Amino acid sequence: MDLTHDAETEAFRDEARAWLAAHVPPTPPPSLETREGFAAHRAWEAELAADRWSVVSWPEPYGGRGVDILRWLVFEEEYYAAGAPGRVSQNGISLLAPTLFDHGTEEQRARVLPPMARGEVIWAQAWSEPASGSDLASLRSRAVRTDGGWLLSGQKTWSSRAAFADRAFGLFRSEPGLDRPHLGLTYLMFDLRAPGVTVRPIGRLDGKPAFAELFLDEVFVPDEDVVGAPGEGWRVAMSTAGNERGLTLRSPGRFLASACRLAALWDSAGRDRALADRVADALIGARAYQLFTYAGASRFAAGGVIGAESSLNKVFWSEYDIALHETALDLLGPDAERADGPWAEGWVFSLAGPIYAGTNEIQRDIIAERLLGLPKGRR
Amino acid sequence: MRFLLDAEQREFARTLEALLAAADAPSAARAWARGDHAPGRALWDRFAKAGVFALAVPDESEGAGRLPLELTLAFEALGRHAVPGPAVETVAASVLLAGLGDAAPAQAWLPRLASGGALATLRGDGGYALDADVADAVLVVAGDTGEELWLVDEPGPAVPSHDPVRRLFAPAARGDLLARGPHVAAAAGEARAWAALATAAQALGVGRALLDRTVAYVRERRQFGVAVGSFQAVKHRLADVLVALEFARPLVHAAALSLDPVDIAMAKVASGEAACASARAALQLHGAIGYTDELELSLWLRKARPLRDAWGTPASCRARIVGAS
Repeated sequence: MDLTHDAETEAFRDEARAWLAAHVPPTPPPSLETREGFAAHRAWEAELAADRWSVVSWPEPYGGRGVDILRWLVFEEEYYAAGAPGRVSQNGISLLAPTLFDHGTEEQRARVLPPMARGEVIWAQAWSEPASGSDLASLRSRAVRTDGGWLLSGQKTWSSRAAFADRAFGLFRSEPGLDRPHLGLTYLMFDLRAPGVTVRPIGRLDGKPAFAELFLDEVFVPDEDVVGAPGEGWRVAMSTAGNERGLTLRSPGRFLASACRLAALWDSAGRDRALADRVADALIGARAYQLFTYAGASRFAAGGVIGAESSLNKVFWSEYDIALHETALDLLGPDAERADGPWAEGWVFSLAGPIYAGTNEIQRDIIAERLLGLPKGRR
Repeated sequence: MRFLLDAEQREFARTLEALLAAADAPSAARAWARGDHAPGRALWDRFAKAGVFALAVPDESEGAGRLPLELTLAFEALGRHAVPGPAVETVAASVLLAGLGDAAPAQAWLPRLASGGALATLRGDGGYALDADVADAVLVVAGDTGEELWLVDEPGPAVPSHDPVRRLFAPAARGDLLARGPHVAAAAGEARAWAALATAAQALGVGRALLDRTVAYVRERRQFGVAVGSFQAVKHRLADVLVALEFARPLVHAAALSLDPVDIAMAKVASGEAACASARAALQLHGAIGYTDELELSLWLRKARPLRDAWGTPASCRARIVGAS
């Protein structure tokens, strides 16, 4: 057991750090959930990509550096320690790309991934529907066969980034009436500006249009934008959920940087004894999350698979993120109420963590049933 | 970077697990609480033969060298099986004696401690020494600057603990003055660090035992015609316990790798809190039967809280983490 990185990895860290020091904007861009902020973050993605820093873990032909998951973790540590902007391409990079690597065709990878890496095409997810949230497999939006492709109809919602994004990916029911709800679904990519698509932005709790409703009326999607086999969508979407994605949805570097910022805030606010324990817990949690991820990454590198443990991850980071931001607000005192403060948007964002990417209730069901062996049932 | 146990370490953990699973440690713990140390000593001999106590003793004193990571594996197993006795304290005493740089006490005690032939205890900062009545060596660090090391001849009367298997004594600094000087304070600091690390690992094992037993119980216990473990209120509580334990373990392993005081403090807080959360869930989900002395579960239920505080309270550990101690 060894927690030290090899010399090559440390050299990679130094290279990343130097690049970030020279390129990270001194003042953060506007919120990526605003039109101008979205554009600024898109430009930042292009700047990252120009020097191959936007998708370091991808193979080189798609714009990456082909580094392993441990170096990806090191890059993320440096990225957030440098105070670099949030990643507007996150959904594409962490959800769609792993699926394309596992289930896409070479043509799809060559066509979709490089523009994603450069921020030219920003992807939104289109999973949930008004009547299908945690029970995602009950979804009713349809994909109907037509000449050379499919016609999508129905309604998707809580589609993150869709207010300003270019394209979306999601699941559609292509064979209605089968025995079980997760059969007969197809994984498709579609253009948010295609005829028949109506995007209605939805204001998040702070009013910013962080997600949107999508109304689809016979939207044509060519066959080349089906990922995996038609009817196999559920398996395609879920197969990477517990794999690398479980490790890479939220990088430890982000929480390590936040915990450091929190400790610095506590220092500058006079080291209030009453809040010291919670600051300590933020430091403990960030370290625990980093180490848990290193353990998972080591297992993965040794040929293991990350299965239901990714649910432990999700519950931990999402609850942790809220606790950390609540402590920051408590340290700010009366200024905690200011919506323009340095912790304000992070706090609002943290509140969504236990809800998206599979609610924590669903995650706890998975933990209880698959890791602890408790009986199924939701009474 | 490879944050994974190697094959040898996994084999060591499996060996200990098999040994302890076959040993009826709960009966030995019950006997220990009654003052009958014989079954506990027999158990102690068995895991000493597996090399547990050599893990904190240098090669030159007939130990296995210093292997803190293996030590955490051993102590997690001891916690999981509710093994009685001053195991943490014997490790701490070994580290203290080895750290003196003075050959005489080390030569006198370390080979016996490493082989399991002798048990030792060490008075903690709180003033108590665990199992001083049965320990062959009762050590007290004293003096204004912690520079005196005493080998105590009379531990005094027992003080009751919430965990009757933990027999507390409050020995005074008298008997033989083994050593004096700044090296004693330095060695005692190192001993406390190892004690905190071993206690953290033991707490992890206690928490895991409580979780495993509770999972087994709620799968069997039926109400309203179904296993109570099928209720979400029950499942989610146990899921949270697993989250807490699984995120504490890597902290314990990392602390063993670095022996850094802040890393150890983090491991101690996280595993102590996780064990206590596991105890609360175990008690609640067992219901009234869990609130009894007679159920074996009580052996672990009563240990979680003392281990959370022994060798570094959460408050003192958190103060160290934020640099306020």
